[in-house]
Amino acid sequence: MAVANIQVSETPLVLYALRRADDALILGHRLSEWCGHAPMLEEDMALSNIALDLIGQARELYSYAAKVEGKDNDEDKLAYLRDVRQYRNLLLVEQPNGDFAQTLVRQFFYSAFADLYWRAMMNSRDATLAAIAAKSEKESAYHLRHASEWIIRLGDGTDESHARAQAAIDHLWAFTGEMFTVDDGERALIHADIVIDPGSVRGRWLTTLSDVTREATLKLPQNDWMQQGGRAGRHSEHLGHLLSELQSMQRTFPGLTW
Amino acid sequence: MVTVLERDSDLRQRAWDAAASVFDPEIPVLSIADLGVLRDVVLDGDHVEVAITPTYSGCPAMNMIALEIEIALERAGFRQPKVRTVLSPAWTTDWMSEEGREKLRAYGIAPPQASSSRRSLFGEQAVACPQCGSDKTELLSEFGSTSCKALWRCKSCREPFDYFKCH
Repeated sequence: MAVANIQVSETPLVLYALRRADDALILGHRLSEWCGHAPMLEEDMALSNIALDLIGQARELYSYAAKVEGKDNDEDKLAYLRDVRQYRNLLLVEQPNGDFAQTLVRQFFYSAFADLYWRAMMNSRDATLAAIAAKSEKESAYHLRHASEWIIRLGDGTDESHARAQAAIDHLWAFTGEMFTVDDGERALIHADIVIDPGSVRGRWLTTLSDVTREATLKLPQNDWMQQGGRAGRHSEHLGHLLSELQSMQRTFPGLTW
Repeated sequence: MVTVLERDSDLRQRAWDAAASVFDPEIPVLSIADLGVLRDVVLDGDHVEVAITPTYSGCPAMNMIALEIEIALERAGFRQPKVRTVLSPAWTTDWMSEEGREKLRAYGIAPPQASSSRRSLFGEQAVACPQCGSDKTELLSEFGSTSCKALWRCKSCREPFDYFKCH
């Protein structure tokens, strides 16, 4: 029997923590789908390790969201008992793994952002967010290194790997703009120095992308039309399928614990 | 007769020693004190609260470590011990004790060392083989059997080995 969705009182700070937690959880889940399927054992372990870091970051952010909300919710309920429309992750992170190039380009776009974003968030006036940022920043630095090295190997590799990497960049590019958008609630948190404006890292994010893609002999699209919706709960069709797998145990056996 | 202060300091030491007797389940030669995961022990009357910090956000060993600390403290006579996780300051391999590094090497894991730059790509770094000591080694994968380790290979003795990553 299905179990009801929880209700969350979405104050700006709760919503902020949920959005970042959802990014980390959904991307972590996507990477975990490679476990046992990656092109080589080392990458199988690498992607699973990165997934583990992201899911760890998600746990901290969900726990904080639950604490700020101050109701009956906890990290597990927030992860397992919210439906698609209640999820606020970026559209980028829910996109299917595709081929290895698509997974690595998605990871590269996100990690290049997360690395800069969490580093800047270490100065947050919110002690918990600053602590989560310090932890996440360290991990994002080597997630970015791993992804950057692969972008260069694939782009500057064979004709086939180059074509696949370029196709992945062209396909995923339209999902990157959403990383830099904020709504009024988050704008208020930015003015209170609780969070930083993601737009403030966009210039350096582009520099990272340009540097790595140039070395990889790949091109960044000139097209600046961007797809949005995830932050407001409007998702691509892929998220529902992902959640049905991620949540299946709790939905089938409510309250199940190890 | 001991003063209250002396008694508390003895008790705290006893609680610390009990917590420090817990070993990392993934690296059974290192105690959580060697690792720098054990951050603080606070005594309030007879109740004790232990603060630990995760090495990596998603380290699955943390739950087991917390459980083992509780068991160790209860065995040492503390009732209802509590374990709290602190995130700040973020854990770093700089906190690993000299003794811990030596134990790692003896166990066959190369201890962490300062890296050139954590943002440089395809970075070259010399990690000495924990088996034969040669510095003719190569990185196989930055990600190893656990979050905290990378996989290396010695080109002299041909043995693969784990390297505890600098973090």
